[in-house]
Amino acid sequence: MSETSSSRRRFVGASVAGLGIAVAPGIHLIAAQGPAEPAGASNAKRWGLLVDASKCASGCDACVKACATENGINETVADARQGSQWIRKIDLQDKRTGRQLSLPMMCQHCANPPCVDVCPTGASMKRADGIVLVDRHVCIGCRYCMMACPYKARSFVHQPLTEQNPEVPRGLGCVESCTFCVQRVDRGQTPACVEACPEGAMVFGDLKDPNSAISRRLAQVATTQVRADLGLDTGVRYQGL
Amino acid sequence: MTKLPFKLLCVTSRLRAFASKLLVLAVVLVSGLALAGESRVAKPAVIIEKADSQCVAPPEEMRRNHMEMLKHQRDKTLRLGQRGAKVSLNGCIECHASKKTGSVLGSGENFCQGCHAYAAVHLDCWDCHQPKAHTKATPAPAAAGAKP
Ligand code: HEC
Ligand code: HEC
Ligand code: HEC
Repeated sequence: MSETSSSRRRFVGASVAGLGIAVAPGIHLIAAQGPAEPAGASNAKRWGLLVDASKCASGCDACVKACATENGINETVADARQGSQWIRKIDLQDKRTGRQLSLPMMCQHCANPPCVDVCPTGASMKRADGIVLVDRHVCIGCRYCMMACPYKARSFVHQPLTEQNPEVPRGLGCVESCTFCVQRVDRGQTPACVEACPEGAMVFGDLKDPNSAISRRLAQVATTQVRADLGLDTGVRYQGL
Repeated sequence: MTKLPFKLLCVTSRLRAFASKLLVLAVVLVSGLALAGESRVAKPAVIIEKADSQCVAPPEEMRRNHMEMLKHQRDKTLRLGQRGAKVSLNGCIECHASKKTGSVLGSGENFCQGCHAYAAVHLDCWDCHQPKAHTKATPAPAAAGAKP
């Protein structure tokens, strides 16, 4: 039997097994049953990040650089205020005591995200595992979410882009923000910023797993949610504020 | 036949002259169209670079349904976090990028462009999605966007 006819028979056999009825090639009355779908994000997990601000050095931007490289944020912008900021460094000073503090600020991956509440198209969304994303297939660029975010965590792309990382599509006219490097997390890696921090000041992991490194730290040390008064239940926590 | 007043006669003869001019014009137009027909958009050249591999479905199904597959898959990947599915836009690009330019776009010879130009389909996917295979993330220049 020739190569083609045997492979064709296998194809026909497979579609009969899957109750597929083909009227014409490519048109099915009843869709053939495909192979099992890959498992997706699960609500048995909630991804979180703990930042130890006491270890974070002022003037160090290793996390910001690693984020930009991983996510292909490599464009030069005419107006610096329009540059995309998925993560940024903030220096703080207590005016009374003079105590200084430096920390990275990014999307806090809230359990009750205001950006999702205000989105008119459903583009702003929270995955089952707590990662807050912009579905840019649905984003119309209205920027309500940027207004709603208490952490100024989102940016808008003002210019056409061509040098994207294939794993991180991004482009003109859409809002974007920290994704916890979802493409890495789904492969079992940690976000690029966590990996890059020379002080090891960030711990990433599953908040719902009591044995994860992050949960064990949270059980031991005093940590803060920024603007906890808003009741957003952030996934990013800070130590040493 | 009743006699037409002189004025009206003049109008009809002028009309007849106009009609003949119209006819000439029409002939010119039609032959022009026929000429244009010969130089219409060339039939797309569908070049298969990895002929030894298997597409995610038989070619006749791909021709008809690839857009539906992609639209369903993007929701599953992005919103449900399902990775490693058979259909993937990056997967299409890995297999179908031109060996010469490394891209699925560029000219009518590039896989995702030729057909779409022929069918007058415009995709906005490439605003965000990298059309070149094996692109490595480039580091941020000093003046990049991500600055405090
Ligand atoms: C405004 C930006 C934008 C545009 C335009 C866009 N996408 Fe996407 N797309 C994304 C982002 C962001 C992801 C998520 C990537 C990830 O998390 O892996 C994605 C993921 C996908 C995925 C799943 C990942 C993969 O490689 O299979 C598919 C399929 C997809 N998009 C198809 C499309 C198609 C088809 C179009 C055009 C009709 C399109 N996209 C236009 C931003 C965009
Ligand atoms: C593993 C490599 C591979 C992947 C992945 C792949 N293709 Fe293909 N594709 C092929 C090959 C090989 C053929 C030629 C099949 C044939 O003629 O029998 C083909 C044929 C096609 C055709 C028919 C072309 C024609 O008219 O003859 C279309 C359309 C197509 N692919 C689109 C896609 C799209 C869209 C994707 C992504 C969802 C994709 N392919 C993913 C290898 C691949
Ligand atoms: C064999 C010719 C052919 C090839 C090759 C082809 N396409 Fe298409 N594609 C079409 C046609 C025709 C349509 C429009 C169908 C319609 O409108 O009903 C279309 C439509 C689409 C759409 C939907 C556009 C919209 O706005 O609704 C997407 C997405 C798409 N193609 C992606 C791809 C990608 C990605 C590739 C390269 C991997 C590709 N196509 C290669 C013929 C082709």
